[in-house]
Amino acid sequence: MATDTHRTIDAVWRIESPRLIASLTRIVRDLGLAEDLAQDALVAALEQWPESGVPDNPGAWLMATAKHRAIDHFRRNTVLERKHEELGREFEEKEMAVPDFEAALDDDFGDDLLRLVFISCHPALSTEAQVALTLRLIGGLKTEEIARAFLMPEATIAQRVVRAKRTLAEKRVPFEVPRRVELAARLSSVLGVIYLIFNEGYSATAGEDWMRPALCEDALRLGRILAELAPQEPEVYGLVALMEIQASRSRVRVGPSGEPILLFDQNRAHWDQLLIRRGLAALAHAEKLSSAQGPYVLQAEIAACHARARTPEETDWPRIVTLYAALAQLAPSPVVELNRAVAVAMAFGPAAGLELVDALTVGRSLENYHLLPGVRGDLLQKLSRLDEARAEFERAASLTRNARERKLLLERAQAFAVGSTQPEPR
Amino acid sequence: MRFMMMVKHTEPSGPPPKEFMDAMAILTEEAVKAGTIRGSGGLGPTAQSTRVRLSGGQIKVTDGPFTEAKEVVGGYAEFELKSKEEAIEGAVRFMELHKKHWPGWEGETEIRQIFGPEDFAQQAKEQSRTAQKQAS
Repeated sequence: MATDTHRTIDAVWRIESPRLIASLTRIVRDLGLAEDLAQDALVAALEQWPESGVPDNPGAWLMATAKHRAIDHFRRNTVLERKHEELGREFEEKEMAVPDFEAALDDDFGDDLLRLVFISCHPALSTEAQVALTLRLIGGLKTEEIARAFLMPEATIAQRVVRAKRTLAEKRVPFEVPRRVELAARLSSVLGVIYLIFNEGYSATAGEDWMRPALCEDALRLGRILAELAPQEPEVYGLVALMEIQASRSRVRVGPSGEPILLFDQNRAHWDQLLIRRGLAALAHAEKLSSAQGPYVLQAEIAACHARARTPEETDWPRIVTLYAALAQLAPSPVVELNRAVAVAMAFGPAAGLELVDALTVGRSLENYHLLPGVRGDLLQKLSRLDEARAEFERAASLTRNARERKLLLERAQAFAVGSTQPEPR
Repeated sequence: MRFMMMVKHTEPSGPPPKEFMDAMAILTEEAVKAGTIRGSGGLGPTAQSTRVRLSGGQIKVTDGPFTEAKEVVGGYAEFELKSKEEAIEGAVRFMELHKKHWPGWEGETEIRQIFGPEDFAQQAKEQSRTAQKQAS
């Protein structure tokens, strides 16, 4: 059936397009042109395969078709005809020297794919452009799929991709793996893009369009691909570990009516132990590569502490405190400090935690962050300062935009209504 | 979407040729590089296997070999893919490998989606919808 072949071609495209585009980019030295050639090959496949059937080696077929289109393109371009004739000849020579197209596709593709990853996340591009380009070129997603996942119109995403390729061409961004000096910073932005995609999917709740939670799988796949391409980079394994462990909780993070369920209230029996094992293995791999712990390794270590605790009471809070302290040094942020305060409270008592939280309140940077008063209220309640606790929960309720969360916070506030010195027994 | 692929063939098929094992190693490596494979393995012969059956309120343990079975599961692989078509494409390539590097080998790869509770719930919904349609 024609429709079945189309879906098969979709699948083949998803499997083959990253390597195809990567190899073509190396050969023609222009990402936009490479993608156009790859798309031409896809169109040819859509025209021919329903009749002739899917070829035995679809990747090689697409590559051969793209290469022929490339030669035609160079021949037709009259402005730089001579230069392109040279390239075209070089092309043909390469073709004759490599009669086995399979080998041509495998040739250096690992390096090519890595170069494609770095160029997709080039700092000359906006973050949204990096995300769109990465999902398209490495993830093999169609524009329409990316648009659905990010709740944007398809035309917007298409425009982003077009503009991104134009920017890369205008700035003559080279198709290369960044040198040692730049590598850490460039890698950090690649990891940032992948984690952004993951969080977009992670924050989507069940019951929404299935494309959104599927972003977590896409991000995980991208992370694993990167780990294979750059096996000496501990932060890549750190990110993969972090995502695997967070994904292990995806089934129990949301209640039946869509309300978020906090870590401490989740049914740990339904945490995916396979994902946890994989996450811990990736983390172990990262630690073996380097004793220096980067931000993703640290976050993964924190997630691992929770993952290893069969009950909330078994959580190794003192270790989490140490990890947050290290994270605060490397990647300081008010949110990290707040999390550290929570960990300190769990490890050393609410008074110790409250001291840190009060210091944050003075700072004003978390002024409108609704979790801050919520945390403060919780600690005050534990210290039996109930009037103050109530005020904090009311304040937290006023700051949150989530209706269910607001309801829960107001309920907590009402438990300490003026006039009752003790919460009602339940 | 998660898929379990089970390779079935008639026993005994003998050890696979080295050429096949080399090609399989490359195919597996590609799946690892693509970030899609979750696990895989070859299964030992049924001569060394055991079955535990519950029937008529009785549990019975029986050692292999089991001569009544025409085809046995020889191996498995678990994948995380975007669509069933991707799974089929992968299985086709896997079988092509057998055709090319293990002449005479015959068998079948069965592709089953791994259902989570949400998938079972979805299936139940669809079954009741179909039943309602048939009843009206």
